Amino acid sequence: MSMNVPPPEPSSAAATVEVAAEEAAFEELGEEVDAGAAPIDMRAERRQARRERRKLLLRRPGFLVGALILLIWIVCAIGGERITPYSPFDPEFPPFRPPNTTNWFGTDQLGRDVLSRVMAGARDVLIAAPIAAVISVVAGTLLGLLMGYYRGWVDETLSRIVEALLSIPVFVMGILIVTSLGLSRITLIGTVAVLFTPIVTRTVRAAVIAEAQLDYVVSAKLRGESGLFVMTQEILPNVSGPIIVELTVRVGYAVFTIATLSFLGFGLQRPSPDWGLQVADTYEFIQSGYWWPAIFPALAIASLVFATTLVADSIEAVLAA
Amino acid sequence: MTRYVVRRVALSVLTLLLLATIVFLIVFVFAPGDVGRQVLGPFASQETVDALNEQLGTNDPLLTQYLRLLKNVITFDWGESFQYQVPVTDLLWPALGRSAKLAGLALVMTIPLAIAAGTYAARKRNTIADRSIVTVGLASSSIPDFVSGVILQYLLGVKLGWFPVLALAPRGSGVLTQLDYLMLPALALVIVYFGYIARMTRAGTIQALDADYTRTAVMKGLSRRQVSHGHVMRNALQPTVSVIGVQVGYIFSSLIALELIFNYPGLGTLIRQAAGAKDYPVLLAAVMLVGIIYMVCTLLADLIIAWMNPRARLEAGRT
Repeated sequence: MSMNVPPPEPSSAAATVEVAAEEAAFEELGEEVDAGAAPIDMRAERRQARRERRKLLLRRPGFLVGALILLIWIVCAIGGERITPYSPFDPEFPPFRPPNTTNWFGTDQLGRDVLSRVMAGARDVLIAAPIAAVISVVAGTLLGLLMGYYRGWVDETLSRIVEALLSIPVFVMGILIVTSLGLSRITLIGTVAVLFTPIVTRTVRAAVIAEAQLDYVVSAKLRGESGLFVMTQEILPNVSGPIIVELTVRVGYAVFTIATLSFLGFGLQRPSPDWGLQVADTYEFIQSGYWWPAIFPALAIASLVFATTLVADSIEAVLAA
Repeated sequence: MTRYVVRRVALSVLTLLLLATIVFLIVFVFAPGDVGRQVLGPFASQETVDALNEQLGTNDPLLTQYLRLLKNVITFDWGESFQYQVPVTDLLWPALGRSAKLAGLALVMTIPLAIAAGTYAARKRNTIADRSIVTVGLASSSIPDFVSGVILQYLLGVKLGWFPVLALAPRGSGVLTQLDYLMLPALALVIVYFGYIARMTRAGTIQALDADYTRTAVMKGLSRRQVSHGHVMRNALQPTVSVIGVQVGYIFSSLIALELIFNYPGLGTLIRQAAGAKDYPVLLAAVMLVGIIYMVCTLLADLIIAWMNPRARLEAGRT
């Protein structure tokens, strides 16, 4: 089924499988829209479908677990120092105390409470990652719509640029950009957004190409609607599924990327209690047996990324169902 | 096929040229201030900064600088490292060799394991075995490399003492000793890449199992073996080949963090240190090398797919 609409760029076979699954989802969405005779019915029907999807979502254990973990970290990020048991910045204890009843996660090399630092460490990354993800999804959607709808030489040129940007692994490109432009929170967010835009563009473009061949788009064109109208009013609502999935996935990967860049010294800077930074400062002590200052923030990163992946995966499954 | 190969290679070269342009824009055009000042820091005298800029040619017109970068890419002669005053390639090739050893060990373990798990999950679709493979794959590929590296270092290296904690074997040690030392970072790579490859294999196998041609093959009475090898595997593994090509090309991303944790002087370490010291000749050379490796890997993957599936050749030839 997917064979007549493959994205023609090289190494697309992997994408084809995903596109096939997504396409199946769109076809259903398309039918849903076509089925409504009057516009009011259509809207009611859409609302109904949305409600059903929400119910399906809440029935998935993966979604519930992921959402719960996310919620815990959001509470930590908002509460910050107000809810941590001790100060995340001041050394109030002897260094390298193993986990005990006072310091559940032990204390680090300076005698700071690791639990407090892990809780406070949620904030910076939970501000930076969603901003970067939203920027990349907005930019990627815009580019994907234009490229997928108009095709032609614009698409061809931009596809090549996207391909070139994707040929450098995210962290390598991130290090190059941060090194030449200088380190700051704005550069970090901008870098992650720029790194993710081509990935989002590729997904949205593939979805738009599949959608643009369907009857409702053709008929809108025949009605003489402008390109802008067809793209924003006709195609965009029907590719919103993969865009939402992409947004969730991107938030997860933004956490991943920011944590890694911070770990390498090219991301958030001290005195932020960022998790990546904490691991960077303490992983060397593991060899001497002091594992807790590095392992707990490491697990925090893993849990946050895994939680967003679970949520994204559940949303994708429900949209495809 | 020849036509396809020529087109595909030409496309890679074009992409590489674009990549060089993007890198040029980032480093020479968008970067604020002059490179000499960046390298030497705020306390260096203006004369030394000017001298360095002169040596680097950053005062030349942009077009001259751009052409020089392209020449560097083509000849792969990048001049001398700022930091060590030796030719860049003298640093680059040994580092690449060490990284290749580590990546090779990881891939030899990951690829068979992930393909086996993905195929198994597809054949036992929706059973507990399938769900666990999918979930483990999802979890393993969502954990950042440095996180799994640190956790493995603690559990298998420090706590259980199974493998050396740092990756570089003493000088002159035999192959087995070297492998032993590389085991922990390689296992961290296995964790990261297992998920992607297994999930893609599963998706590809399911699609092939459900395809009409498989049903036809079964109905016309071919043996299980014939159906499995001639029809299912041949088609199911195409997305897998593609994802392996991309992931091998991206492996240096993981190596930057893992080589730091396990103190291994490979290409990742070289990139990190060059960036930290603003050693632009080394950094540019390493970034372009990583890009070239990615191009070669995806090119090979596409050629293998084209060889496996004539339809892919035709489609790519048409556009």
